[in-house]
Amino acid sequence: MKKIETIIRKSKFKAVQEALHEVGVNFFSYWDVTGIGNEKTGLVYRGVSYSTSDIQRRYLSIVVNDDFEEITVQTIIKSASTGEVGDGKIFVSDVNESYRIRTGEKGNETIN
Amino acid sequence: MELLTTNNVWMMLCTALVFFMHMGFAFLETGLTRQKNTINILFKNIFIITVGLLLYCLAGFNLMYPGDFNGFVGFAGFGLDAEAALDLTYSEGYTYWTDFLFQGMFAATAATIVSGAVAERIKLGPFMIFTVIYVGLIYPIAGSWKWGGGFLDELGFYDFAGSTLVHSVGGWAALVGVALLGARTGKYDKDGKSLVILGHNIPLATAGVLILWLGWFGFNGGSVLSADPALTSLTLVTTCLAAAAGGVSSFITSNILHKNYDLTMFLNGILGGLVGITAGADLMSPTDAILIGVVAGVLIVLGVAFLDKLKLDDPVGAIAVHLICGIWGTLAVGIFGDLAGWEQFTSQIIGVASYAVICIVSSYIIFFVLKQTTGIRVSEKEELEGLDLHEHEMNAYADFRMNEH
Repeated sequence: MKKIETIIRKSKFKAVQEALHEVGVNFFSYWDVTGIGNEKTGLVYRGVSYSTSDIQRRYLSIVVNDDFEEITVQTIIKSASTGEVGDGKIFVSDVNESYRIRTGEKGNETIN
Repeated sequence: MELLTTNNVWMMLCTALVFFMHMGFAFLETGLTRQKNTINILFKNIFIITVGLLLYCLAGFNLMYPGDFNGFVGFAGFGLDAEAALDLTYSEGYTYWTDFLFQGMFAATAATIVSGAVAERIKLGPFMIFTVIYVGLIYPIAGSWKWGGGFLDELGFYDFAGSTLVHSVGGWAALVGVALLGARTGKYDKDGKSLVILGHNIPLATAGVLILWLGWFGFNGGSVLSADPALTSLTLVTTCLAAAAGGVSSFITSNILHKNYDLTMFLNGILGGLVGITAGADLMSPTDAILIGVVAGVLIVLGVAFLDKLKLDDPVGAIAVHLICGIWGTLAVGIFGDLAGWEQFTSQIIGVASYAVICIVSSYIIFFVLKQTTGIRVSEKEELEGLDLHEHEMNAYADFRMNEH
């Protein structure tokens, strides 16, 4: 089992969600995050200019069986890309075990 | 009798509209400051309207309208006069009770102006002491000089609804308070460069300004002191045109200078136009009103930038709106409209100067004594963690989270 974590643009969330659904990845968690990066946005408030390096992104955490790793990663790369700086990152790590709370069963059947 | 009834109904409606302005102030000040100081700013606004009214009942009304007096300070005794209240020949425009309540709603406004300017770093206790003295004593004495028939009234000084008597009186104290307090931590960097502290709820600030505009129908419309059809309707027209012109000229000026469409400047410009027309709302033609508004809108943008340069940190723009545009509106009575002329202009300058003296001196003494004794500023830790947490031990948005996009 693999955990695929990805940080994507909020504006790409719907596209990624739909693309993952098409390849059979139906379950994941997500939350909104703020990060710091190279990107700077110039703003003005009451006549004073300022720039913020705060970047608003969405963080997805997806756990899949090993044979889904490649297709999941490729699907995210394809659907989340705009080609501009700031499209995000993908991290893949191993997951030791997985349980379904309702039935207590464990293993590959508990995820897709 | 029928005329009195009609007039009195209009005056009571206007009283309610001026009361509603306190919601406008509360919304505007909350919206343009940070989330962590929300309880504090609302507490101050609620304190001002409640305690302000009680003080006006206790002494303020009789300090401001003492009857025959020496022109500087007079006092007709504590409390309200129930016998005068029964006398329906008191005025053709309103009853004694309506007179008291209408003027009482005005009194509280002066301190509300200060509350926004000193927001996010003033200690609550000393602010409440300041409010009690300023609203209970200084505002009515200063007001008696003109509206109570005092020496400025004799002199021919004109201030229809309070560009000076209400707005500048608040504005001067705001200026003194801000100067003695110092800027909010984080408003200027170590090289003195101006930084940005964002307001946390712009929709609320927008609602506040529209509510204030609505309240001004009562503030200026009621200052006719009757339902006189010609004057009340003219007053509402000049008031609204000046507000609109102030907003438009402010956003255009801001766009030329700062290259963005700044909503908060648009909002301040509307208020600047309203404050500007207030001194002569019953004297102006529609064109005069628009010109007064246009100048007020430009003054707002330049004023905000100028005060920022002087490191006078006013989070809501109260000094530019109420002091600078209050002075402008008062002087405009000598430039535009029915009273325009050199002699009137001189009277207006004397009026502005007299109010500058009493307001600066009194508010400086109050704030200075408080600074030396109790201190007027919260500690840096309290400021950084928020006044809600330390002054009130409360959280304005305890179970509320925003989705950022």
